Amino acid sequence: MIKIWSMKKDNAGVDKKKPKVSAAQIRVQKDLGELELPKTMKMTFPVPEDLLNFELEISPDEAFYAGGTFKFSFAVNGNYPHDPPKVKCLQKIYHPNIQADGNICLNILREDWKPVLTLNSVMVGLQYLLLEPNADDPLNKEAAEDLRSNRRNFEANVHKSIRGGSVNGVQYDNVMTK
Amino acid sequence: MADMQPSLDTEAAESQRWAGIYKLLDRSSLIHPKFEPVPEIKEFVKSAKILVIGAGGLGCEILKNLALTGFKDIHVIDMDTIDVSNLNRQFLFRRADVGSPKAVTAAAFVNKRVQGVTVTPHYCKIQDKDEDFYREFAIIICGLDSIEARRWINATLVGMVDPEDPDTLKPLIDGGTEGFKGQARVILPGMSSCYECSMDMLSKPTGFPLCTIANTPRLPEHCIEWASVLEWPNQHGERKMDTDDPKDIQWLYETALARAKQYNIQGVTYSLTQGVVKNIIPAIAATNAIIAASCCNEAFKIATTSAKYLDNYMMYSGNDSVYTYTFQHQKKDDCPVCGQSTTKLEFRGDKTLEELMDYLKEKPDAQMKKPSFSLGGKPLYMQAPKQLEEALRPNLSKPLAELFSSGDEISVTDSTLPFSLQLQIDFV
Repeated sequence: MIKIWSMKKDNAGVDKKKPKVSAAQIRVQKDLGELELPKTMKMTFPVPEDLLNFELEISPDEAFYAGGTFKFSFAVNGNYPHDPPKVKCLQKIYHPNIQADGNICLNILREDWKPVLTLNSVMVGLQYLLLEPNADDPLNKEAAEDLRSNRRNFEANVHKSIRGGSVNGVQYDNVMTK
Repeated sequence: MADMQPSLDTEAAESQRWAGIYKLLDRSSLIHPKFEPVPEIKEFVKSAKILVIGAGGLGCEILKNLALTGFKDIHVIDMDTIDVSNLNRQFLFRRADVGSPKAVTAAAFVNKRVQGVTVTPHYCKIQDKDEDFYREFAIIICGLDSIEARRWINATLVGMVDPEDPDTLKPLIDGGTEGFKGQARVILPGMSSCYECSMDMLSKPTGFPLCTIANTPRLPEHCIEWASVLEWPNQHGERKMDTDDPKDIQWLYETALARAKQYNIQGVTYSLTQGVVKNIIPAIAATNAIIAASCCNEAFKIATTSAKYLDNYMMYSGNDSVYTYTFQHQKKDDCPVCGQSTTKLEFRGDKTLEELMDYLKEKPDAQMKKPSFSLGGKPLYMQAPKQLEEALRPNLSKPLAELFSSGDEISVTDSTLPFSLQLQIDFV
């Protein structure tokens, strides 16, 4: 068997031992510890010892969705940051890029995710989606069509939907900030 | 039978049996001038405990190679059972073995076929074994298909290294194949570049934009993704999809096919469905054979010192021709697994976490600004977000001895650190 130890002199020795925590956990600790959340965002941790699963509330202070508070769940797996976090919208809302069952069409959550991105990037991306809904990448086709054809009408629909009203025959959750 | 014969003949038979190997071990080497052909080396090959992780396409090849190279104490660990689709290349398995654990079947096959070899199976996840288990081996060879498992074993082996004790350093030989491409590498945990150092070399998994899947499918893959990502939860609610269950795959296939018809898309098949949801890239038996041969070669070289071992990364591509390229992958200073050193710190156990934090902020060689602390993945104190900071703030005024024990390692992150600092705190 090779004497690995005798090679230490060329190698400046063995550094490091005992990462009892996974790289994913450390990375999440770093991401979270350096967060500077704007006033429009709030996080909750259902289990405080568990940094890998949490919720984010975004209360946009301008644009279509102002007045509402939107809840998202984050689930980070052991392969983070190689894998993106799994994010879902917890309420049924009328939004071109968010499906009634919570799926979100945000490029950095799927095809454009890169390990250099952070949890903060995703949060900023979500907030941006609420400020600037995108009619070109629809998950809710009718909402996208409304936004494209008549912004005024779309705005009225959002206004109605976030108060628990129905749009195009679908009833949405009341998400008004309490 | 050989074991019925007198011992002298047995010895002669042994010599003959391993004649090819002994040619390498009985003579000095042209390639490795420092090699000394002492008898202990042959003994070491016979007695060294080798662990093979994975008993699939690569694993079958590796087990066969090791057994026929003269290694006698081989262990194999695999959590999987045999599927009928494995049989074309995983040659230690037969039709009747379908459904049996791979590790157990592979071990039994080699034990029966290669006299004098003992392969010990472990039918479980690698995560089920602790450091004491891994400490028993001289060399560990991986033939895995999962990034997550590789990251785990890599981090575990790096974590086991105790600078005071040479026996804690376990050479890790990692083989991997994907279609016609593959790689073999030698990782000396803590010394050479580790698996985590090369995470950025991985090609990212191909994903499709959710909106394309939902509204403008153009490819058969889009229809399959639609069925698995969007329709599955709609129809089955909380029940998770089991990609190994033919019933679930059949449902996905039919659902995807119906959607493909609707959009006039050709090409949705049962096997494509399986391929997309399980992220399958066709396994090529020849690639496995080449990579496994390289891995076992390295194990032999490391065990015997008869030739210089791979330093440290060999990539192979059989796409257009037979091509290999070998290079030294560099260790990353800010690698989250092997990059940061554990720092030992002596501190009084009756001092509070806040006092420790202030100390780290003032310590010239630490230079931290707003450190966050955790112990074994659980947060002790987080600077942000606000809700967490408030919940954990009471810990700041607790004495350290109340939060952990002397000798425990805490993970410290700070914006000034590239990644994290493992801090072992000894109470004084």
